[in-house]
Amino acid sequence: MARKVTARRVWMSTAAAWLFGFLIFLPILWMVLTSFKTELEAFSMPPKFLLFHWTTENYATVQERSDYFHHALNSIIIAGGSTLIAMIIAIPAAWSMAFAPTKRTKDVLLWMLSTKMMPSVGVLVPIYLIYRDFGLLDRRAGLVMILCLGNLPIVIWMLFTYFKEIPKDILEAARMDGATIGRELVYVLTPMAIPGLASTLLLNFILAWNEAFWTLNLSTLDAAPLTTFIASYSSPEGLFWAKLSAASTLAIAPIIILGWFTQRQLVRGLTFGAVK
Amino acid sequence: MATQQTQVLGRALLTPAVALLFIWMIVPLAMTVYFSTLHYSLLDAETWSFVGLENFRYFLTDPAFLTALRNTLVLVGSVLAITILLGTPLALLLDQQVVGRSIVRLMVIAPFFVMPTVSALVWKNLLMHPVSGLFAWVATLVGATPIDWFNDVPLFAVILIVAWQWLPFATLILLTALQSQDEEQKEAAEMDGASALSTFIYLTLPHLARPITVVILIETIFLLTVFAEIFVTTGGGPGLATTNIAFLIYTQALVQYDVGNASAGGLVAVVIANIVAFFLVRIVGRNLEA
Repeated sequence: MARKVTARRVWMSTAAAWLFGFLIFLPILWMVLTSFKTELEAFSMPPKFLLFHWTTENYATVQERSDYFHHALNSIIIAGGSTLIAMIIAIPAAWSMAFAPTKRTKDVLLWMLSTKMMPSVGVLVPIYLIYRDFGLLDRRAGLVMILCLGNLPIVIWMLFTYFKEIPKDILEAARMDGATIGRELVYVLTPMAIPGLASTLLLNFILAWNEAFWTLNLSTLDAAPLTTFIASYSSPEGLFWAKLSAASTLAIAPIIILGWFTQRQLVRGLTFGAVK
Repeated sequence: MATQQTQVLGRALLTPAVALLFIWMIVPLAMTVYFSTLHYSLLDAETWSFVGLENFRYFLTDPAFLTALRNTLVLVGSVLAITILLGTPLALLLDQQVVGRSIVRLMVIAPFFVMPTVSALVWKNLLMHPVSGLFAWVATLVGATPIDWFNDVPLFAVILIVAWQWLPFATLILLTALQSQDEEQKEAAEMDGASALSTFIYLTLPHLARPITVVILIETIFLLTVFAEIFVTTGGGPGLATTNIAFLIYTQALVQYDVGNASAGGLVAVVIANIVAFFLVRIVGRNLEA
């Protein structure tokens, strides 16, 4: 009897979950489908779901029309560069706070977090003017710098929470055995820290890839990453649905896949460990 | 026990990060404060003058500010309500035994990773287009008149897009919290004959109180400055219908080139965000002790 009820419940939860999951995913699915249609069929009413003339032409056109790869490369450089530099600055800082904490460590951590609370729009004017005067507008270096600073508090926090979970006993054992700090770092800490480093890197790459406020306001063409590139499709002359869909699919596919791999770290990273 | 040596080393390793963040925090902010007291337009950069608090008076009494403030609050409030009211049942559902749960989970969290400019354009053109959009087709199927979303209910249209992007975040956090709930406690309640509803009210809901607070605070921080979705879909219009504070400051700075006024507005945005951040930092800080 009890088993029968359970089976029915599983069936009902499954149906409901798949229905909601499908509805939430529908805009993305629809975009991907549209990217394989001809422009005519993309507009057609009633909409065509699967029975249309499948074509990969749009993907070729996106590249021909406006050099998609140039913008994709910008995205990779800006997101990757800002994340890497943030990691280089953050690893020593997080290491020091996790392994050599002082009385003020907690205050420093909270202060770092609070810099993330400053809305970008609050400092848009000075950053824009500084960038204009130093010729950093529409330059990749400028975007790398600003995204790096914006990411830094999150990177430090994520690394800190990972480092803190490395058991101190192991370190002490290594020290008792006469390991120097250098050897301890290379042979004991690094192997244990690598998973945390990897997920911090990935998650911040994703956040930087999708960041739109600074990229929209500080880049136009040369340094424009995919966020800005896609926004250019909002102008009336850029309105080709199938091509817009193809460009969009290319822009989000790698990041969605990365995101799926990092979903657990996402919770930890974005809530600063406040939800486990 | 940290030795003297590690203490010194620790401080040295921490310094670059602290110095950079300090500069990043203080320089633009100080400049914003300074600009906010000037009459300074980029269109006429030669003539600028000190006007004290005039910009603040002008910004705060501008009817556009009140509209933008109201839009900001409506947007933040609605998106929070939608993501939590839908995210909680969705998380409860995904916490059940579901066939193919990991696939459903991937579908549910996908929108979070869609860059804002893409989701704005896809919703605006492929879904909400009044003639050829998917929603218009659904409306005609059930015999209703298709809605012209961005003309008739522009703010609501923006809210839907933003809520779609943030629903995965709320769901994922609440689901993570649910999975750390004490199963035995729930089973005991069930044995004692507690109904599903009262188990939810007396056990699950209190367990979710903290993650819900965290979701509210973090989403608020991000939602206060929603920008790309508005920039791409409505450009703040029609009129001021979808202008929030972030977008208003952007128009004053980079469309009207009014540096003084935009800076005053920027500081107002900083103050609002800090009120929220104050509570967030307290909650996270409490977590540090544990």
